Amino acid sequence: MTAQSTPRLSVAVQSADFELSREYAALLGHDRGIGAIVAFIGTVRDLNLAQDVVALELEHYPGMTEKSLHKILDAASERWSLQGARIVHRIGKMYPGDQIVLVLTASAHRGDAYEANSFIMDYLKTEAPFWKKEWTPEGPRWIEARDSDDKAAARWK
Amino acid sequence: MKINVLYFAQLREKFGIGDESIVAPVSVHTVRDLIAHLSSRGGVWAQTFDGSQAFRVAMNQEMIELDTPLVEGAELAIFRPVTGG
Repeated sequence: MTAQSTPRLSVAVQSADFELSREYAALLGHDRGIGAIVAFIGTVRDLNLAQDVVALELEHYPGMTEKSLHKILDAASERWSLQGARIVHRIGKMYPGDQIVLVLTASAHRGDAYEANSFIMDYLKTEAPFWKKEWTPEGPRWIEARDSDDKAAARWK
Repeated sequence: MKINVLYFAQLREKFGIGDESIVAPVSVHTVRDLIAHLSSRGGVWAQTFDGSQAFRVAMNQEMIELDTPLVEGAELAIFRPVTGG
């Protein structure tokens, strides 16, 4: 077994869209110790609670958001053997089909990358200070947190 | 004790303010005490903190529990449970 180097962990909170191929290439870099990369992308649905969603607006808590995302990556890298991980989360106004969030995890073997990726998303949904507002033909409404998200995060405890 | 309080998303809209500086009375020691102090304003404040709706609190950008003692000059953020991802 080769000595484990410090995993490369990074986060970005931005209004601009992201490109999977570019993010993937940046994470892979010249690290030939990586044998598996898992990518999760969350996108805007046009249907939530049976209403037509015209647009989605994402608000966040500047400063705390970045800190909390870093904390989640640190927790994941303590638990699984990761070569690297990256979170890109968009803020501002988005439309159905748009990308909202990207989580990339890289490891020597696929098990670590798969599980860490799932863990990161589950914690992001319950810990990171983002709030979604849906715009429907009837006007805007804030999305309420779901019990199922709390349950998903609790399974890692 | 002076505390800088931030409100996000639903709560910011409901209260009509995003942040305020509060000089809390001497009886306020914990986050729970401060919430009771805000609730005593009545109206939307009392309604928001009447126990029927969940909310979360972060002090100096870390999630905390209601029994956490307040720190002089702290940045305290109050918001509904998060919905990112």
